Amino acid sequence: MNLTVNGVDATIESGPLTSLLDVLREELGVTSPKAGCEQGGCGACTVLVDGEPRRSCLTPVASVDGAAITTVEGLGSPEDMSPVQQAFTHHYAAQCGFCTSGMMMAATAYIDRGGSDDHDAIKEALGGHVCRCTGYVKIIDAVAAAARGESFDLTVTAQGAAMTNLGGVA
Amino acid sequence: MASEVLVPSSPAEAVALFGDGAGTTVIGGGTVVVPEMTYGRLHPERVLLLSHAGLDGVTVAGDTITIGATTPVNALLALEDQVAALAACAHNVADYEIRGQGTVGGNLCGHGDLQGCLIALDATARSTGADGERTESLEDFLAQRHGRLLLDVSFRRPAASAFVALEYPHTHEYTVLAVTGVRDADGTTRLAATGVAGPGIRLRSAEALASDPAAAGAAAVGDVTLADDALASAWYRGQTLPVLVRRVLTQLEESS
Repeated sequence: MNLTVNGVDATIESGPLTSLLDVLREELGVTSPKAGCEQGGCGACTVLVDGEPRRSCLTPVASVDGAAITTVEGLGSPEDMSPVQQAFTHHYAAQCGFCTSGMMMAATAYIDRGGSDDHDAIKEALGGHVCRCTGYVKIIDAVAAAARGESFDLTVTAQGAAMTNLGGVA
Repeated sequence: MASEVLVPSSPAEAVALFGDGAGTTVIGGGTVVVPEMTYGRLHPERVLLLSHAGLDGVTVAGDTITIGATTPVNALLALEDQVAALAACAHNVADYEIRGQGTVGGNLCGHGDLQGCLIALDATARSTGADGERTESLEDFLAQRHGRLLLDVSFRRPAASAFVALEYPHTHEYTVLAVTGVRDADGTTRLAATGVAGPGIRLRSAEALASDPAAAGAAAVGDVTLADDALASAWYRGQTLPVLVRRVLTQLEESS
C-alpha cells in the first residue's frame, strides 16, 4: 500500500486493517493526529484524506490506499504558519492543545470548501470535535477570522496585544 | 488482526467474495466496525472491505432513486430538493466527518438512523447471499439481514416528505426517536419511526388516521414497542412519539 503524506510518498508496511491513525503515528512518526477516544467521538485524530476531513482512528489504511493525506505537519511550519494556524495562535484557541490538531484540520477543510465566518456554520463543521478545556469561544473566533481571510502580526500577539484588544489583561 | 482481508475492486467481485457470507465481516465506511476491533470486542477472521468495490453512488432514473450501499451518508444531503425527509434524516446522523465516512448500507444494517425514513419511502433493498441476489422491501430485508450483503436501496420520489426527530445535545448519540412521513401523489400517506425497540417500523395505525394528526399521534404508540435505554426511557419516548407524529403530519399538510 502507498500513501502520500504531506506531499511525501510512503510505502506502508502495516497490515491492511491497521487504522490510518496508527500508521501515521507508529509507522511514519507523524504525531500531530492524536489518539483520543479511538471510536470516532472526539475528533482529535482528524486528518485530510484527499482534502476531506476524516477520523483517522476509524479508517482502515487499506481503504485509503493511494490517497493523499494532510496533517498539521503539512499545513505550515513555525516560521511559516498557515492562515488557520496563525488565527488559532492569535486568538489563543489552544489551551492544553490535545484537540487542536483535529480542530485545525476540520477548520482548514471547512474554509477550503468555501465556509464563511458564520458561527452556526462553523459549529456545524466542527461539531464532531470536542475540547475538554471547553475553549470553544476562542476556537470559533479563530476559525471565523481565518474564514474572513484576516492576517495577523504574531510578533504583536506574542506580547499579549490580542488580549488587550479583547478587553482582557492590560 | 484478521487473517484474511479482501478488498474487491468491482461490485461483481464483492458479490463473489461475499458468497454466502459465512464467517465474513463486512466493513463499509468503518465507523461502526473499526472501533469494535480497536477495543478488542471483535476479532474478525475474514474481512470484506468495500472501500474500492464501486457500490457507491446515487442514480436517478425517472421517478426512481437508487442509492448504492457504500454511498456516504453525506451524499443524501444533496437530495434535499427531491426527498426533503431523507436529506433531513441524513443531516441528523452524527457530524460532517462521520457522515462523509459512514455508509448508507452500514447505517441501515447497523445502528439504523436511516431505517425509518427509507421504510416510510417504501424502499426496496437489493442484496446478495446464500440463495443469490434478492430484492424485497426494506422492512423484510431488515428482519432477516443476517448473512446478506446489501447492494442498494431504491424508492420512488414522493410528492412530499417530512422528518422530525427528538433533538439531543451531542452529535454522537444514535437517533433517540424520529418519525418520517411520506405522501404520494395519490394522497397515500406512510409513517415510520426510528428509535423504538428493534429496527425502524411503519406506524400503520397512525397512517389510517393521517387526516387527524392528534388521533394519529395517539394511535402511533400502539404500533411500536418503545425502547428503554440510556438515551431515553420508554415513558419519555411514549410521551414524545405522538408529538413527532403530529408535527410530521402537519409538515406534510403544509408542503403538499
